[in-house]
Amino acid sequence: MSDINAYERVNEPGFGDYVALLKPRVMSLVVFTAFVGLMVAPVPVHPVIAFTSILFIAIGGGASGALNMWWDADIDAVMSRTKKRPIPAGKIAPGEALGLGVALSGLSVMMLALASNLLAAGLLAFTIFFYAVIYTMWLKRWTPQNIVIGGAAGAFPPMIGWAAATGSISLESVLMFGLIFFWTPPHFWALCLFMKSDYSDAKVPMLTVTHGHDAARRQIFIYSLVLAASAIALGLTSVAGPVYLATAIVMNLMFVKGGWDIFRRSTEQAQADSYKVEKRYFKLSLIYLSLHFGALLADAALRGLGLIGGGA
Amino acid sequence: MIKVEHELHGRRFGRNVGLGLSLAGLVVIVLLLTVVKVTRGSNMEAFDHSVRPSMTVDEETGN
Repeated sequence: MSDINAYERVNEPGFGDYVALLKPRVMSLVVFTAFVGLMVAPVPVHPVIAFTSILFIAIGGGASGALNMWWDADIDAVMSRTKKRPIPAGKIAPGEALGLGVALSGLSVMMLALASNLLAAGLLAFTIFFYAVIYTMWLKRWTPQNIVIGGAAGAFPPMIGWAAATGSISLESVLMFGLIFFWTPPHFWALCLFMKSDYSDAKVPMLTVTHGHDAARRQIFIYSLVLAASAIALGLTSVAGPVYLATAIVMNLMFVKGGWDIFRRSTEQAQADSYKVEKRYFKLSLIYLSLHFGALLADAALRGLGLIGGGA
Repeated sequence: MIKVEHELHGRRFGRNVGLGLSLAGLVVIVLLLTVVKVTRGSNMEAFDHSVRPSMTVDEETGN
């Protein structure tokens, strides 16, 4: 951050610029998965406590986003995808983003502790630390495994939601963590295969650049297999029911097949049909995650209505 | 010439309104949370050096 003064403030920021610092799109995923984690837990939670817990898990996630933008402003300024972010665009000073990130981190952890319990708050604090320090400051610019590590931060929300309801960590919540953790690398590397990205300009090591496309294709297939095992295992626990199990079997067969197709192709073949298979796999990965968590929610609803047994 | 209503003031006003609403929201949330926690009747007694039978553990049942 030696060039911290390079982002001269040229515009007066509006409220929306501060909201943009919290990465609202990432927050929506955090809200959804934390909500599912909380709802599938076998302990009923008062609606106000559930709402407050999810709100502050989301704000904690947003705070780590602000810290990430503060630290990565130099990279963001180089890459076309991110150069309109509030700091490189000159709307918000880096120090303000740091201040907002730190303040919201403290607030969210404290409020989650008051609303639910210390374990959930501790997990949230760890997630923020993990994303902002371990991932952003340390590993992102150092290893091509950065996506794997960063994915762990994104995988915590359902676990925090579960902890907010139950006050504990269990096999179910660890497997929900695994679902996002093993999903992130193949999802992202598939995108890297067909997107002309400027990570190399920003000197961020990406697997597709450091080890080549063939290595990335192999890794995508391996992760698809591990993900399938993890997803099916979650289907055998108390939180899952027929809807999840059916979804998991169908979706994982498709996902492993997609990973296999990517593995079997060469870059030349991919270029010949302008990355059709890779793009299809990427689109599938988007549906994959929402369907799995949606199915967990559907099974919880069916259990709540007494239509299926088990769990709560 | 200085305009009375510069575009910058509008943006600043929007920011202030946003912050005000956020803080008001926080107040409402803390209030609701307090009401829920208090009315659900969780045991909120703490040890204060006086005898409180409600805080003691029943040796037979362990509750």
